[in-house]
Amino acid sequence: MTDDGTSVEGTAATESDAAAESGNRESATAERTADRLDEPGDASLVVDDLSKSFGGIDAVDGVSFSVERGSLTGLIGPNGAGKSTTFNLITGVNEPDTGRVSFEGQDITGLRTSDIANEGLVRTFQIARELEEMTVLENLMLAPRGQSGEKLVNAVTPGLRGRVREEERALRERVWETLELFEIDHLAEEHAGNLSGGQRKLLELARALMLDPSMMLLDEPFAGVNPTLEEKLLDRVHELREEGLTFLLVEHDMDLIMEHCEHVIVMHQGQVLAEGEPADIRSNDRVIDAYLGEDI
Amino acid sequence: MSESDTDPSESDGPPSDGRSAVRRLGAQLQDGDAGLIALVMAGIYVLFTIFAILGPSQGFEGVVAAIQTVTLWTALYAMLVLALNLHWGYAGLFNIGVAGFMAVGVYTFAALTAPTGATPPGLGLPLWVGIVGGMLMAALAGALVSLPALRLRADYLAIVTVAFSEIVRLSLLSTTFEEFTLFSSVPFLPDVPLGTGAGRGISMPINPTIPVKSIYYTNPQNPAAGDFTAFGETVITAFRAVGVRQTVVVSLTYTLVLLGFVALFYWLLRRIGNSPFGRVLKAIREDELVANSLGKDTRMFKIKVFMVGCALMGLGGILWETQRGFTDPTSTTFRPIQTFYIFIALIIGGAGSNTGGVLGGALFAALLFQGPLYVSRILSKFIATGDAPSTFAGALAPVASLNLTPFVAYTLQNVSSLRFVLVGVVLIVLMHRRPTGLLGHRKEVASSIDLGKRTSRTGPGEGRPATDGGNDVGGERDD
Repeated sequence: MTDDGTSVEGTAATESDAAAESGNRESATAERTADRLDEPGDASLVVDDLSKSFGGIDAVDGVSFSVERGSLTGLIGPNGAGKSTTFNLITGVNEPDTGRVSFEGQDITGLRTSDIANEGLVRTFQIARELEEMTVLENLMLAPRGQSGEKLVNAVTPGLRGRVREEERALRERVWETLELFEIDHLAEEHAGNLSGGQRKLLELARALMLDPSMMLLDEPFAGVNPTLEEKLLDRVHELREEGLTFLLVEHDMDLIMEHCEHVIVMHQGQVLAEGEPADIRSNDRVIDAYLGEDI
Repeated sequence: MSESDTDPSESDGPPSDGRSAVRRLGAQLQDGDAGLIALVMAGIYVLFTIFAILGPSQGFEGVVAAIQTVTLWTALYAMLVLALNLHWGYAGLFNIGVAGFMAVGVYTFAALTAPTGATPPGLGLPLWVGIVGGMLMAALAGALVSLPALRLRADYLAIVTVAFSEIVRLSLLSTTFEEFTLFSSVPFLPDVPLGTGAGRGISMPINPTIPVKSIYYTNPQNPAAGDFTAFGETVITAFRAVGVRQTVVVSLTYTLVLLGFVALFYWLLRRIGNSPFGRVLKAIREDELVANSLGKDTRMFKIKVFMVGCALMGLGGILWETQRGFTDPTSTTFRPIQTFYIFIALIIGGAGSNTGGVLGGALFAALLFQGPLYVSRILSKFIATGDAPSTFAGALAPVASLNLTPFVAYTLQNVSSLRFVLVGVVLIVLMHRRPTGLLGHRKEVASSIDLGKRTSRTGPGEGRPATDGGNDVGGERDD
């Protein structure tokens, strides 16, 4: 298991052990995973033998994978493959029955959702969950960590509120810059509930960014988004990646994944079916079987 | 930043620090908040002046007393509605045990301030200790109730709070705690005799009306025997000249003190709401999972805000129930119906809006709570109905033969009970026509500063064209 302060080699070894143990995986994939993890400066997120069942249904069943630091990794699979549940297990929304999750060498299994977010691992939701009755500005102002005004005493006491206001002014600048970056500054004072589906996705990404995350989990960020906006969102993602952010992306659109991700994990019936570079995944027979009838 | 940020309209105006209080008030009037409250109160006062003139107690004193009464009830309900707004309007916490938290505040106050030798005995501590103690105990009760319930879904909190409220009321009624001795079996600690008085109630000779009475009387505990202070002499003589008795003057003064507390509650809630703390509360109300996913440990926020709201309910209860210097568990203040009334008032005004809360309190107190009583008194004066039938059936039967008199007489006799029906009807109409209440649609931006203003570069309104092609959902989007 990845103990605290695990070195890169330690993580890699653990991962390859886990891979070897789960014999139901294609050995070639396991080897490739191990190889990839042997490279220096690698895994940001390591998921090890994660399982979760809901009332006898194994939603996630022994899932192990790792996400390389600074990568754009795709997580694909047919409906019901367990992708969203995996996200929920990673981010502490659901507690896993078995298995471990570690982020930046730290075991985050069983931590609270809020603590995980504060560690720098931030997610977005499949159906954009904006705070409808809050304005776009409020949505973004909410996110930043360590706001002193979140302490009731600071918010209320006359002598202490001045500092809170100072802080808010500084944050306001950052918020406006982020809104401009995402080109939704014209919607700043709009209630989030009035935004279109695509604008909501932009808002969610912008809001998550206000947390200064080191890794983002994006759950179908392009669902219901028109091609123009999808392009913009992808541009943002690539820009942020250049700046060092790691992305794990759940997506249905195979072409999109194949074009933009350098590493792809395929899930099927709660298990990892295959893992590798897009080209390998494309020619993988088991993946083709799972997606029978779908054009890969 | 200097302390201009006590300004309640701080998020609305430009952040120039040196604005005078007059200009702030002007801005408030322009906002419509202070103006709206003033307008509604003026309307209520006109109505109650008419009631008083038409009613049985005529004369100038009747008018003053009517206005004092309606203002008192407005202030009492406004305080409790604001406290509930903090729970339900701000954070979406469904607390239907308001009366229970009021009772905890009142009885703690009573136990702390009642004289040691009385039956039931208290600790004989000063007034302010009683008030602070009552608030703290209500807050603690809030923590106790919320700790298990807040981990669960919202509905459970509702169940737990209503159960708590009834447990408190029935415990106070129980003879087990009528008189008991604290620490009686604990070594090294003195025996402390205490008691709730059970059904006999508990008297509170020291209560918040005493400081008010001490303005006028040298012996505020017993005004009848005591002499006037110099100030009291002047004021009471002046009022007597226009036919207003001293008891009305004292009530009027206490009512003014309560209005001060309403202002204090309002100020506190605005401070809480317009801050990063309030922003997280808003997010909890909207979607708690999102707040969690953005790194907010929502449990702490919920417990804190729940405790603050309960402390305010305790304070509201003390100011409400101790006026008579006596309370017992059968008081309507502690019944579940009280919680229901406070909810109605908040729903009328619109959950989430403080101004709406005050308005709701005023409209409920004036039109639903006090108004019907005045109307029935006036009608009884003008319509000679004779003896009213004792049952509803007895009242309804003659209607078939087009004899309406018994029905009218029955209605007038039972107005205080029939108010429930009125309240119910209003609630149904409101839910149909305006579920957000009078001002609930209004959204106050949760921030200590004006977010729309930027210290550099372009402001809003100079936006660029829509970023998306516009062929997806956004029907309601307006730029």
